[in-house]
Amino acid sequence: VFKRFVEIGRVAFISFGPHAGKLVAIVDVIDQNRALVDGPCSGVRRQAMPFKCMQLTDFVLKFPHSARQKCVRLAWEKENINEKWAATRWAKKIEAREKKAKMTDFDRYKVMKAKKMRNRIIKHEMKKLQRMSSKKGKKPEKSEKPEKAEKAEKVQKSAKVQKAQKAQK
Amino acid sequence: AASEKKPGEKAPGEKKPGKKKTGENKPAEPKGSQREVGEKKKKVKKHHASRNPVLARGIGRYSRSAMYARKALYKRKYTAPETKIEKKKKEKPRATITKPVGGDKNGGSRVVKIRKMPRYYPTEDVPRKLLSHGKKPFCQHKRRLRASITPGTVLILLTGRHRGKRVVFLKQLATGLLLVTGPLVINRVPLRRAHQKFVIATSTKVDISGVKIPKHLTDAYFKKKRLRKPKHQEGEIFDTEKEKYEITEQRKADQKAVDSQILAQIKKVPQLRGYLRSTFCLSNGVYPHKLVF
Repeated sequence: VFKRFVEIGRVAFISFGPHAGKLVAIVDVIDQNRALVDGPCSGVRRQAMPFKCMQLTDFVLKFPHSARQKCVRLAWEKENINEKWAATRWAKKIEAREKKAKMTDFDRYKVMKAKKMRNRIIKHEMKKLQRMSSKKGKKPEKSEKPEKAEKAEKVQKSAKVQKAQKAQK
Repeated sequence: AASEKKPGEKAPGEKKPGKKKTGENKPAEPKGSQREVGEKKKKVKKHHASRNPVLARGIGRYSRSAMYARKALYKRKYTAPETKIEKKKKEKPRATITKPVGGDKNGGSRVVKIRKMPRYYPTEDVPRKLLSHGKKPFCQHKRRLRASITPGTVLILLTGRHRGKRVVFLKQLATGLLLVTGPLVINRVPLRRAHQKFVIATSTKVDISGVKIPKHLTDAYFKKKRLRKPKHQEGEIFDTEKEKYEITEQRKADQKAVDSQILAQIKKVPQLRGYLRSTFCLSNGVYPHKLVF
């Protein structure tokens, strides 16, 4: 049922507080509510932090409990947590949310246009498939359908990439 | 004469014996004259000590009138030299003017006073107004412009018939209103004035540094014109002269001149033309205080 546990070396994401948005490693547990926490590569000094503001990630580092910052840093860099984190969907969602909030009026217009174009392409393909399936019988269509679905997906993906690029701009 | 003056007044006496000496001694003349000229340049007069001995602090021996006599002020009445302004002022303004008068057997003209006597005197005098400071007329007010609004900024108009339209800012006019243009071919907004307060400044900017805006586009150019000359015809009073606004040729020419320059710059930015064509609107989940413009 539970997959991520509070343990020494667990990398946690701080959700609120002064260090909101940063990653830390749990170095030691102080009591039921607090942990000794350290984030040498993310700019968080070694300090006590309540569990409530931490959200556990999938990453675990290997170091003994109460290890000093140097050890934590070595373990962090060995595992390359920063890059691994940036590759997770979690981090990407956060980034996308930030970008969306920073969008200017012009950017919003560009995104709207990109979305519109993408939806049009998708609809076009869908209509094509529907027409095909309604015209011919269902049996000879089954072989063609997955191909066309792939085509539509590819078109979708290219449009999505365009939209993301435009949003980034 | 020289000896009389010496004990009385030494200071001017310094000058005078000097003068007399030059008069007497001929070989010493060039030196003396030089010295005299030098003295004249340096000192005008050496002032006499107070002719009013002090009896006690603040109290002099002689009265004002006695002092007047003692200082010989009756001999020393000066007037300031007449300046050019005073010379000009001597020309008195015209008091009357002759105006032509129509009608038969009326004699062609009348002599009319320019400045007439008041036709009404109030029974009570108007009380003197208290001094106030810092109350300037509108033309002297300080005009401010938000830092986010610079020439070339795309603005969103919020009021007026063009509300919601995105428009290019050109410059701030003398009254503080913003001169703005669509451009006309893009969103049907002509060269127009907009109020700073009723406008959202976006962060999108068009490069207008090379665009020359004609200098005759001022507030007077844009001011609304109203003609009112009712000839007291009861039947047709509601038919005012300017019912329909007509676009003058000058406006069209100015619009073309400015827009052609701006359109060239707009074409350089991809999708900007479509952006200016679109209108701004809010929908569900869109909160202006959370939007970044």
